[in-house]
Amino acid sequence: MNLKELYQEIILEHGKNPRNLRKTDNFTRDAKGNNPLCGDNVHIYLKLNNNNKVEDISFEGSGCAITMASASIMTDLVRGKEEKEVKEIVTDFLNMIKEKDELSTQLLNEDEKTKLMCLSGVKQYPMRVKCATLSWHTLTSAMNNSQEIASTED
Amino acid sequence: MNIDQIKKEFPIFDNKVQNNDLVYLDSANSSQKPRIVIDRIYDFYSKEFSNVGRSVHYLAVAATNLYEQTRTSVQKYINASDKNEIVFTKGATEAINLVANTFGQKYLDEGDEVLITELEHHSNYVPWHFLRKSKKINIEFAEVNDQGEVTLEEIKKKITDRTKIICVTHLSNVTGAILPIKEIVNFAHSKGIPVLVDGCQGAPHLKLDMQDLDCDFYAISGHKMYGPTGIGVLYAKKKWLEDLPPYQGGGGMIREVKKKGISYGELPNKYEAGTMATAQVIAFNESIKFLEKIGIENIEKHEKELLDYAVELLGKNNSVNIIGNPKNKGGVISFTIEGIHPHDIATILDEDGVAIRAGHHCCQILHEKLGLPATARASFGVYNTIDDIDQLNKSINNCKKIFNLK
Repeated sequence: MNLKELYQEIILEHGKNPRNLRKTDNFTRDAKGNNPLCGDNVHIYLKLNNNNKVEDISFEGSGCAITMASASIMTDLVRGKEEKEVKEIVTDFLNMIKEKDELSTQLLNEDEKTKLMCLSGVKQYPMRVKCATLSWHTLTSAMNNSQEIASTED
Repeated sequence: MNIDQIKKEFPIFDNKVQNNDLVYLDSANSSQKPRIVIDRIYDFYSKEFSNVGRSVHYLAVAATNLYEQTRTSVQKYINASDKNEIVFTKGATEAINLVANTFGQKYLDEGDEVLITELEHHSNYVPWHFLRKSKKINIEFAEVNDQGEVTLEEIKKKITDRTKIICVTHLSNVTGAILPIKEIVNFAHSKGIPVLVDGCQGAPHLKLDMQDLDCDFYAISGHKMYGPTGIGVLYAKKKWLEDLPPYQGGGGMIREVKKKGISYGELPNKYEAGTMATAQVIAFNESIKFLEKIGIENIEKHEKELLDYAVELLGKNNSVNIIGNPKNKGGVISFTIEGIHPHDIATILDEDGVAIRAGHHCCQILHEKLGLPATARASFGVYNTIDDIDQLNKSINNCKKIFNLK
């Protein structure tokens, strides 16, 4: 490994200046997610139009460079996609992080795939995989309109 | 004392970790093990193994004697007045759970208060939280001050006529603050309130004298004291162990079992149900001998030197922010770097073989108070050197470089 694969310039840049770090006006769906062990948390806001296309997506939260970069890149890539396309991209990304070597979806162009593959460096850091996947799992919750807020001790 | 020589007694440092010399700065989490402890486990299983306290054959008697020798060693090491005040547990967590469960059963009722502090590790909060549910007790928190300490004055302020027990850490695993245990105990006893001390960080680093401290309960973790995992100690005054009900039921803790009734065993068996971590207890005796050989005063002095050096060096490093500044501080430094998340710090340091911890260190209450989701933490043990601190600082600088910080 190397650290350079994990902390590529693009990750550091997105981590430092995350895109879409704000709250969408009139969002239609949202979900919260957290990694209590790390103290990372994200809140995803989604606005779908009448054709079920992502008109806007944004997030609020805090976390490590990997968490923030992943949320930043993700929100950029799914804007304009249809709901079922978003689901396909999420599944493809999670499969890539878990086991597959590459992304297989046809819904992203090569540039976009290259950007996402920058996150594949976490595979060599099992403890950091959850940082890369937090926003993606949270997006799934938002798509499913799951109102379940990440569990806290009562 | 010769640290290079001491370091040689720890086989972990013989090997490279990911092609680097290991700079182990995570001893507050768990310490490395000297060869004598590791060998003792192997030898016991190879040549001497038998269960303890049950059979009359040679090996069983010998194993029982070895097991009891550790009890006596621990008693002497912490200067308890009676060997039966030493109860073996699977760890400090179980030791605290034992007290929360048995003391809670007998002495806590609805509306009663347990006073803990904001510095507590989850293991000195969650066991008491169970009683909130089952007994409707309240948990009060003595607050941490800006230096990362909990003072005697603050404890006094939080005591009410409903306070039934006070549970405090000896040494904070985040800020390093050493609490004024003796004074707290003194005051609490003047109000008739018993005190439990979480000694996880105290026992490996400070001189212990139970008769002098006079606390009612003191919880010790074996694996933080250069000992094996799976073993801890509850020190409790004899009057409590005699007075409180048993914790777990099973073999070994009983005197007589009939269909109509059961009587329990004498101390210390009453609290040691089932087959204990025999090999670990026996090997723990070697940890105590190791500590005695070096001398806890020498360890304290060495770790203080490391701490002072590290506080000065990191203090001079731009953008490093050390959490807390207690007057009386043990070998723990939690810090943040402006602009770099602690998990990124830990991952980048790891690349240089520098093992630190990042996260909330099982102290979410404290981190919430500090307004920080996580911190990075370097903690010292007897085998650490000034070179380790220099490497820590160097790796922090590398981290800053990767993140383009000055």
